[in-house]
Amino acid sequence: MYDAPNPATNVDQQDIKITAKGVQVYYGETHAIKDVDVNIVDRAVTSFIGPSGCGKSTFLRCLNRMNDTIDICRVEGDIRIDGDDIYDKRVDPVQLRAKVGMVFQKPNPFPKSIYDNVAYGPRIHGLAKNKADLDVIVERALRRGAIWDEVKDRLDAPGTGLSGGQQQRLCIARAVATEPEVLLMDEPCSALDPIATAQVEELIDELRRDYTVVIVTHSMQQAARVSQKTAFFHLGDLVEYGETDQIFTNPKDERTERYVTGRIG
Amino acid sequence: MSDTTPEYRGAGHHGGTMDTVRKGLAKRKRKQMILQGFGIAAIGFALTVLFILLASLFSTGYQAFTQTHVELDVFVDPQEIPEENLPRGGFRDVLSDSLGQYFPESDMTDRAEARVLSSILSNGAQFTLRDMIVEDPSLIGQTISLKVATSDPYDQLNKGLIDRDTPEDFRRLKDEEIQNFDTLSELGLISKPLNTGLLTNADSRFPELAGLKGALVGSFWVLLTCFVISFPLGIGAAIYLEEFAPKNKVSDFIEVNINNLAAVPSVVFGLLALAVFIGWFGMPRSAPFVGGLTLALMTMPTIIIATRASLKAVPPSIREAALGVGASKHQVVFQHVLPLAMPGILTGTIIGLAQALGETAPLLLIGMNAFITSAASSPFDSATALPTQIFIWADSPERGFVSRTSAAILVLLGFLITMNAIAIFLRQRFQRKW
Amino acid sequence: MGMLPFAILLVAAIVGYMINLQSARAIRADGTKLHSLSGFHGLFSALLVLVPVLTFVLLWLGFEGAVIESLMFASLPTGTLDGLGTGEVQLIGAEIRSIAGGRVFGTPEDWKLAAADRLIAYEAWSDWLLIAAVAALSVALVLFARSRVAPEYRARQQVEKITTGLMIFCATVAIFTTIGIVFALTYETFKFFQMVPLSEFLFGTSWEPQIPIREDQIAAEGAFGAVPVFLGTIVIATIALTVAVPVGLLTAIYLNEFAPHAVRSVIKPILEILAGVPTVVYGFFAILVVAPALRELGADLGLDVASNTALAAGGVMGVMLIPFISSFADDALSAVPQSLRDGALALGATRGEMMMNVLFPAAIPGIVGGVLLAVSRAIGETMIVVMAAGLIARMTINPLDSVTAVTVQIVTLLIGDTAFDSPKTLAAFALGMMLFLATLVINVFALRIVRKYREIYD
Repeated sequence: MYDAPNPATNVDQQDIKITAKGVQVYYGETHAIKDVDVNIVDRAVTSFIGPSGCGKSTFLRCLNRMNDTIDICRVEGDIRIDGDDIYDKRVDPVQLRAKVGMVFQKPNPFPKSIYDNVAYGPRIHGLAKNKADLDVIVERALRRGAIWDEVKDRLDAPGTGLSGGQQQRLCIARAVATEPEVLLMDEPCSALDPIATAQVEELIDELRRDYTVVIVTHSMQQAARVSQKTAFFHLGDLVEYGETDQIFTNPKDERTERYVTGRIG
Repeated sequence: MSDTTPEYRGAGHHGGTMDTVRKGLAKRKRKQMILQGFGIAAIGFALTVLFILLASLFSTGYQAFTQTHVELDVFVDPQEIPEENLPRGGFRDVLSDSLGQYFPESDMTDRAEARVLSSILSNGAQFTLRDMIVEDPSLIGQTISLKVATSDPYDQLNKGLIDRDTPEDFRRLKDEEIQNFDTLSELGLISKPLNTGLLTNADSRFPELAGLKGALVGSFWVLLTCFVISFPLGIGAAIYLEEFAPKNKVSDFIEVNINNLAAVPSVVFGLLALAVFIGWFGMPRSAPFVGGLTLALMTMPTIIIATRASLKAVPPSIREAALGVGASKHQVVFQHVLPLAMPGILTGTIIGLAQALGETAPLLLIGMNAFITSAASSPFDSATALPTQIFIWADSPERGFVSRTSAAILVLLGFLITMNAIAIFLRQRFQRKW
Repeated sequence: MGMLPFAILLVAAIVGYMINLQSARAIRADGTKLHSLSGFHGLFSALLVLVPVLTFVLLWLGFEGAVIESLMFASLPTGTLDGLGTGEVQLIGAEIRSIAGGRVFGTPEDWKLAAADRLIAYEAWSDWLLIAAVAALSVALVLFARSRVAPEYRARQQVEKITTGLMIFCATVAIFTTIGIVFALTYETFKFFQMVPLSEFLFGTSWEPQIPIREDQIAAEGAFGAVPVFLGTIVIATIALTVAVPVGLLTAIYLNEFAPHAVRSVIKPILEILAGVPTVVYGFFAILVVAPALRELGADLGLDVASNTALAAGGVMGVMLIPFISSFADDALSAVPQSLRDGALALGATRGEMMMNVLFPAAIPGIVGGVLLAVSRAIGETMIVVMAAGLIARMTINPLDSVTAVTVQIVTLLIGDTAFDSPKTLAAFALGMMLFLATLVINVFALRIVRKYREIYD
């Protein structure tokens, strides 16, 4: 019943979740993102690829306003989620981030128990009415993070004691526990070994059913494996954006072609 | 939102989530505001105390920067001063007689009345006169103009610290004494010049004469000794530990030792100095040399830590470059790394010396709180230091010492601020960013 | 006179340097290749003279006094010192010394005058002997150094060996200091416990140490139960930490997370001023402002407040510790990795929630280390309590009462007459030992926590 629509044929018909128009990002004097327009579709995996320093992570961090925490960073342009301007003065980044979850490059579990890690978001947002409710949320999140079976017997153990791959899946579980609508992933597998990477990739594919997933990745193979749409960034420009298959097999831009064939990196 | 597809099980949750989040938001923001409020209150408390501290020091201390003086025409009566033994002359009587001329109706032969009258003058006035006469005996028989400090209660009166409206019984000066003062004041003999004696006099039992010269000289010797000992020792130890020491148990032990030494209470260093330097080696008590030696042991860890940090900050490329042209390890360190690290080392040293300048407890234990009325001419003479002088004055019952103590503290703080400013200047001016 | 040996030494070092420099240059001028630069041959000579002779002079000066005094005592007519206590012998020694120094009080006995003359003679002898020894040693070493000047002599290696040795010596001074502290305290404390039983000191509740040192002094019987003294220190330190910990932590939290950049860069140096104020100034502040204010406040509330309350001393000490704790906590909070901040913010935590739920708990080990160091400071702090706390040891934990502290007792017992055979003097060392041990344990523990914590996140 959860058959994924075939991305190659279906992507265009899906609803647009995030629209970005004319986005500029400055770090002090540096112009890090130059006039990026992109539409990100709902319930699909969109990957941002490009050489390091191309601005893909910076752009990702605009989508949940994580760049607000950096003093010298300035964002211009228009970014809308479900049609609402997220940089509107009335929008509270706290509320926004409850809706747009994020998973980071390096697994960053809090130095608390596994249970408390996952329960943290629901707790601060007041999503559980009581302990039993919270238990249900935690279990559901851990199951969705595909780590429940590994940790169900030691929920009180510190999250920092898990292996790297488990930590990252714990962080994913922590992010989905607040029931976000969008999930941003900033190179989620770069610190993991191949087996853990495979598990996380499988998980990302699962998550696509319920969430809009945006993933930044270094690895073109990963982008090809998990995403339906791909955006190629180069030196702060969004060079090309389209169906993943098309980007990898028939790129329109010469720079994209050089990158996917391994000539710039 | 795309809730058209019935399989979309997240839809209900999503909507519910955002509603719940929105509802709780105000309360959570309020909690954050409360936390920030507490933070601001804490900083406000610290700043308020600092303000009160400085304000109380200035408001009491500025009084000590002026000193009430009285200017008298003194007839140096040859009858009072035996020519064969000048210092034994009756200078006190000379002064009270000359004071009498301004009070025609008072009877200076009446001992009690004369005593009340001459209480205006500082007890030290007779010695000032004596020193003048001994220096120049030709003044005998002449009338000279003499400007001397008034005694402390009159100084307080002149500065408005004694309330004339207080009932006489509770006042330090009786009506009669205040009248005497006012008479002199009307004659224009009272003045309140800058109190240079605060810096040029040594300690005294009489607040109006007490000055910081002895303490300043003592502190100078203490700091000089401290610097001469701790600077080479600290740098030597730091260079060895940072550049030469093998990474083994012994080096670790030395390192742990230095860190712990930095946290040993200062009074314990005083006990060490008392038992070892004075008790066993028989060094003199109250000597700035012993004080400096003790403070050197306390300052050394600071210098070592600062030196190691600035040696570490010199990039390896400098070392490699020097080694590459065939310099020995010693030459690399002493000719290239050390000169580059010097600004940082000096900064750390000055900060360490500033701490040493304010250190009191060890100096108390080695007896640098003695009552000494002359400045030390070598680091082996008895002396006080600035902080111990502050301690002595703070302990003195005379009212006049309160403002002197504050003034002495202001002088001490002035030195500390200057030293720290020099350190900051050095850091800004000479420290490179690699 | 006193500086003459040093002058000779300096001249010898310079002369040695010049001689070796010249002869090395002469060899080079002949066209022979030297292993080391001429300067190193010069330095070799200078160091070879300076290091051993300076050590010799310092040792001589260190032991001269004791040797001369024992010679002087030995030369006294037999039987003079029979039956006298060490205190009296010391007094006689001091009197003879002051006679020798030209300060004669009253009419001393003839044997004292004679002893003073001998003392002067011994001192003169000692001075001349030292000068002769320094001169002879210097000349010998200069000649020896000169004899080593040769083309193949490795002067640079020798110089470097000597400098390394000197640096090792510098590094071990820290160890010698610790050994000195431990040894001095242990020795005097041991003497104390031969006079006063350990159990009385550790468990006795009465502290009246003002016993006579000389027989003509009138003083109390003496009791050395240190419990009330320890209690006083604990009361004052507790008050200080009650002020410093919350204020310091909240300050750090605000500055670390909420303060705008400009505010932070202004407030931090101002707080540093608070840390740089000498403690004697805080002591004066306590007696000038805080204690009278507390007493007035107490009078308004109908409370009986002592003039030197634990509250005034502890409160002012707390203010002194605020910047200490806040800078430690600030460092600890800054050491928490950015990824944890990001993690919390990305879940939609407010900055307040991120601070209280994630950063602060993660920084706890570092903060605890800082607080422990503050505890060690509080119990070792001397001037504030000497000036603002009481002298009488009372068994009370009432902060409005006057209590004393370990450091207060150490200072008051040692100001004025000290005699190293009186339990009054030695009691100060026993207290010092307790203080040293307590702070050492806390410091070692705290430094270990702080270091471990740094390792976690580095």
